[in-house]
Amino acid sequence: MQTAPEPSKTEKEEHVSDHPHPDHLKTDQQSGAAILTQCLVDQGVEFVFGYPGGAVLPIYDELFGDERLRHILVRHEAGAAHAAEGYARATGKPGVVLVTSGPGATNAVTGIADAYMDSIPMVVITGQVPTALIGTDAFQEADTVGITRHCTKHNYLVKDPAELQFVLEEAFRIATTGRPGPVVVDIPKDVQIAVPSRRVAATLTASHRYAPQMAAPAEQVIEAVEMIAAAERPIFYTGGGVINSGPEATRLLRQLQDITGAPVTSTLMGLGAFPSEHPDWLGMLGMHGTYEANLAMNKADVMVCIGARFDDRVTGRLDAFSPDSKKIHIDIDRSSINKTVPVELGIVGDCSTVLSQMIESWGARKPQDLGEWKARIAGWRARECLAYPEKSAKDLSAIMPQKAVERLHALTHKREPIITTEVGQHQMWAAQYFGFEQPNKWLTSGGLGTMGYGMPAAIGAQLGCPDALVIDIAGEASIQMNIQELGTASQYRLPVKIFILNNEYMGMVRQWQELTYESRYSNSYSDSLPDFVKLAEAYGWTGIRITEESELDAGIEAMLAADGPVIVDCMVAKDANCLPMIPSGAAHTEMLLYGDAHEGTMDDEAKALV
Amino acid sequence: MKIAHDNAERHVLTVTVDNEPGILAKITGLFTARGYNIDSLTVADISDDHAISRITIVTGGPPQVIDQIEAQLDRLVPVHGVVDLTTAGPHVERELALIKVTGTGEARVEALRVADIFRASVVDTTTESFVFELTGAPDKIDSFIALMRELGLVEVGRSGIVGMLRGAEGS
Repeated sequence: MQTAPEPSKTEKEEHVSDHPHPDHLKTDQQSGAAILTQCLVDQGVEFVFGYPGGAVLPIYDELFGDERLRHILVRHEAGAAHAAEGYARATGKPGVVLVTSGPGATNAVTGIADAYMDSIPMVVITGQVPTALIGTDAFQEADTVGITRHCTKHNYLVKDPAELQFVLEEAFRIATTGRPGPVVVDIPKDVQIAVPSRRVAATLTASHRYAPQMAAPAEQVIEAVEMIAAAERPIFYTGGGVINSGPEATRLLRQLQDITGAPVTSTLMGLGAFPSEHPDWLGMLGMHGTYEANLAMNKADVMVCIGARFDDRVTGRLDAFSPDSKKIHIDIDRSSINKTVPVELGIVGDCSTVLSQMIESWGARKPQDLGEWKARIAGWRARECLAYPEKSAKDLSAIMPQKAVERLHALTHKREPIITTEVGQHQMWAAQYFGFEQPNKWLTSGGLGTMGYGMPAAIGAQLGCPDALVIDIAGEASIQMNIQELGTASQYRLPVKIFILNNEYMGMVRQWQELTYESRYSNSYSDSLPDFVKLAEAYGWTGIRITEESELDAGIEAMLAADGPVIVDCMVAKDANCLPMIPSGAAHTEMLLYGDAHEGTMDDEAKALV
Repeated sequence: MKIAHDNAERHVLTVTVDNEPGILAKITGLFTARGYNIDSLTVADISDDHAISRITIVTGGPPQVIDQIEAQLDRLVPVHGVVDLTTAGPHVERELALIKVTGTGEARVEALRVADIFRASVVDTTTESFVFELTGAPDKIDSFIALMRELGLVEVGRSGIVGMLRGAEGS
């Protein structure tokens, strides 16, 4: 079959079987589907996370019996995209997704948008209706390229199998280099079946159009080093870019910190790049960051932002953000520089490359005496901003959720677990109380804030790191958003653990309603919850319920002792809130801490902020 | 509370791109998604093999927004380069307009006289109408249209701006 034939009116997509099986066609003229699978193998792809459907049947038939690629059948396409994200973040390799046209593609969009916001390398193959039917509102047709245009780094509609090899090679290159991100390749069904209409050189010349700048100009490196060397109150503010840049960037960050002595804080996405046990670690910054991190950002005289992007969750009120500092911003994406916060020195380059340039340029310098600065930080640290109340005000016997995360950390950290999360209070508590020593161990939806991310991400991470302990710290509301993926973990015998901090509320929504809407809990109560233990058992998992603090350690130990997947339903205090917190529209210096009264309302300007 | 609006200053950007399907949607979509303005946009392919197109965009915004627009355009894979003519140096801007005017008697004669002053050429005529073709800077076209409004203006078509840096250097 050639591309774009005029289909007879009676030709329907089920008629694939009319075409010869690709196995019978093993000449040098391969079908589009065969070219695709070969390209995936050539790219070193191990796993394809997907779900079959009409418009990808030729590809699925090609996968049948192909032992070079392992297909992971999810239960919903959103699960495929998040699993690919989890795989990518845990391994540093691109995640690959395969879904059908129409609803297959639209279901994957949330995961694609999530990967775009968090710069996760991902290649998404979507089936499309045959070329001749595009634009006719055909069955399961959606304008996938149009829908994903602004939540992908790049996307393609492939109209001839001759283009496939080049497109896929470029797709992988774009997804994995520069600022990583998702790339969608939409392949009409006839293009999967047809053989190339012409010979196309494997590498078209188009590399000119995509060449990320890796190294910084020497004079900028020298200027940065001189600014840091002259600083009395320096701070490193690091982000997910350090982790995306690879393990070498983490090593170099630690080395640069060692020779400069600057204290380090990190965004949610950057946790693990700098060890949480280090004396110069300030903890996470931003809305639910530590007092010492936010105060140090506010009082610093030189801020070095490395692979972070001055997100609104980090900066708080912009006009009060670190008012006295000179700012250096290292980012591989020029559009991140001066986007919301003007900086004195913007350096476009890869974190790892620029950090090594800076270390070399620093040479044998001695930093300023930072004793006074560190003493001030020690003063802020003494405020012990993460010291939460020992008991819930409303239920004296309830387990404090912070305590549960602390115990989980204490009992698992020796095994260097990979932690995924959903989105909400539990996510922030995990970020605050679970210390990370290494990169690629912390997988969370930061930019898009996607509830339902954690379990599929844990599945992807477990596949990529089969020997690792993988735990999804979840909330009872979030976990239900992709609960169907329990079956995926069962099918592939993945021993992921889900640790639910069950407070029977969408806790972060409830917390904001307390802060902003005088505790009118509009639709934030998790009513009609399933029995998570029975649910676990229904899927062949182990279910454990913890209701008393005295059971906490034993429950966690039992979870760790189980060979297979486990859900722990940990009942926690229903009224616990996540603090410290910078309320919307407030500055770093205006943090709410444990013990502060924070119920009430806000003016409209503050309410309008997210 | 009130919605705030920024002071805008006008900039002319030229963008060279791979001439591939969807590139225009990508660029216009970027403007709408990020809340930037497009005052005018022109596009046509400019290479022998039709592989490269040049887009000229007139936009507005405070300097940091213009800088963001440039950076955001630049990171699209099919975009080869972005030049802000307004900041890059002296440049020429030209626009083409087709203007249909109907009338008889003195108004018709006057329309033709004004067209002559503006060096507009007549590209179509009937006994009671002209179609004028006028090329020039946008404000010249504005003035011509304002005059024609009094003389029987029926229809205006404008191409939007094409711009280029002055001097021997390519941008």
